[in-house]
Amino acid sequence: MKRFYFVLFPMFAAAGTLAAQDTTRVDEGVRVGVDYRPGVKPGLVVLPGPGLDSVRAIVQRDLDYSDRFEMITVADAPRVATTTGGGTTEATGPVNYELYKSLGAEFAVELTQAAGGVTARLHEVNAGKLRNQQTVPLSSGPDFRLEVHRVADEVTRWASGTSGAAASRLLFVSRGRVYRADSDGHDLTPVTPAGQTSLSPAWSPDGQRIAYTQLGEGRGGIVVQSLSNGATFLAQGSQTALNITPAFSPDGRTLAFAHSDERGTDIYTANVTERCCAQRLTVGRFADNLSPTFSPDGRRIAFISTRAGPPQLYVMAADGTDQELLAPFDFGATGSSNAPEWSADGASVVFHREVSGSPQIFLVDVSGRRVRQLTSSGRNEDPTWAPDGRHVAFISDRSGRRQIWIVDIETGRVRQLASPDAARLPSWSRRLGRTTIVPNP
Amino acid sequence: MRAPSLLMLLAAAGFTGACGGKPAPEEPAPEPTPVEVPQPAPEPADDSADRERMERERMAREAAERSRAVAADLAAMINFDYDQATVRPADQATLDRKAVVLTANPNVKLRISGHADERGSDEYNLALANRRAAAAKRYLENKGVDGARLDVISYGEERPLNPGSDETAFAQNRRDEFEVTSGGDNLTAPQ
Repeated sequence: MKRFYFVLFPMFAAAGTLAAQDTTRVDEGVRVGVDYRPGVKPGLVVLPGPGLDSVRAIVQRDLDYSDRFEMITVADAPRVATTTGGGTTEATGPVNYELYKSLGAEFAVELTQAAGGVTARLHEVNAGKLRNQQTVPLSSGPDFRLEVHRVADEVTRWASGTSGAAASRLLFVSRGRVYRADSDGHDLTPVTPAGQTSLSPAWSPDGQRIAYTQLGEGRGGIVVQSLSNGATFLAQGSQTALNITPAFSPDGRTLAFAHSDERGTDIYTANVTERCCAQRLTVGRFADNLSPTFSPDGRRIAFISTRAGPPQLYVMAADGTDQELLAPFDFGATGSSNAPEWSADGASVVFHREVSGSPQIFLVDVSGRRVRQLTSSGRNEDPTWAPDGRHVAFISDRSGRRQIWIVDIETGRVRQLASPDAARLPSWSRRLGRTTIVPNP
Repeated sequence: MRAPSLLMLLAAAGFTGACGGKPAPEEPAPEPTPVEVPQPAPEPADDSADRERMERERMAREAAERSRAVAADLAAMINFDYDQATVRPADQATLDRKAVVLTANPNVKLRISGHADERGSDEYNLALANRRAAAAKRYLENKGVDGARLDVISYGEERPLNPGSDETAFAQNRRDEFEVTSGGDNLTAPQ
């Protein structure tokens, strides 16, 4: 039988092989602490079918970008079992499990049109049965792609036990303007007006608001902006000082940030719900303390400090007590460390550290304090965690321009996020619920 | 008799006052002299006014030059080593001159802006450049300048002086700039 299919569908077999090679290719220069074993990832095929072309394309790409599957691509032909004899049967016919099994698929994803939406089905190819199915309404509005991404995340959860991170967005800065894009790089939209210098965008945990630094004449205020109606308020003033590197607490009520004046730079927190109660957490005495990032339980803050000379990564309680080194370094030998972000599972903090004059992406695991280097080709900086806790987006100049790249820390696979040049300071959201995002006029 | 002697007296006085030993062009003689003979009478007044004007202009020019030199002393940038915010020994003389000028011009206020090169973290560079501006302020305060006259701001790496990406550009971009924000007219040169 196998031989029969091979003869009958040589092109599908070839396509599957090519796809497998593509997904196993590890980007040059990326070192990871986990061996990449391509065989471990189950094969998955998104079944061809009539209609739903854009939905199918988005889901297929999302499942690929989840890095949990060997994607098997097939051309448009055999969506139904040839043994049924019909030949012209639509995709609703029985799935040809034997065929997809022969192509190496463990899972087959079937997407069919339903009233006002789409029905997603996950088939277990080896067992020859349906594992899950769900019908999801799809709008035609601005949330359409996000809704499709959520379908893909759910399929990923059915197949792997863990939800994907497709229904999320990234903020980043290009030429002073904050933009957002879907996790697959599409739907690029400016969120701050042109003609300003904005830096360091950060998401609120619910994805409804962002905070960023707005630079004036050598001053900087922290602006909190609603993504649903574009309303802004100045969380920290810009007239007399420089306020930078905002970060929301996990409950969204507190904003941590760094305040610079002639005594140095120190970390403060303020209540952004009641707009009060600024509290100073560090006392630098002409040193810098900046780039706070909350642990997911909100009880600790990792941050950068120059207290020992070059900037390095420290951690403290959220009230400023118990300050200690987080990522070990050799004084005089280890390069500067910057731009930390705590992972959603709390286990590790990602940051960048200078190696031979170029920043590279590093992880430190919070309990063991072990440091692991993730990149080594070109300049790689300003990492941000995907909500799935296994992907990290960062800025790299490996293409010759500063653009956003994404590394899967489980496999080392690296891909580029479509984005404009001169991208800086990316920030990846949590998984996004239903929300309408209005672009800035 | 009275009339000629008066005339001669006036003429003599005129000559003496104007040209000293020059021959008298205005004889009381009846023969008409050529019309194109220059009028010496206005000369003495014109000449002294010119010289005064020139002197005033020279002094104004010199004052402007001194003022420009003083302004240049105030505006002179200082530079920093990579990832450092310590005033370098070579730049101490530059800051010392500013301190002297600021002492001689007590109404002058300065804005010190710190800058970083494009290497290093974008966010950290804002803090680093802030520390560079603050370092210059502290240095001037230690030289007796009232800190209330010195404003400190930071541009991080956002405003490079040299857009290049080589060591020369980096070195030029790691700097403090000094801008007079008030009291910058009629600067007094220090004694």
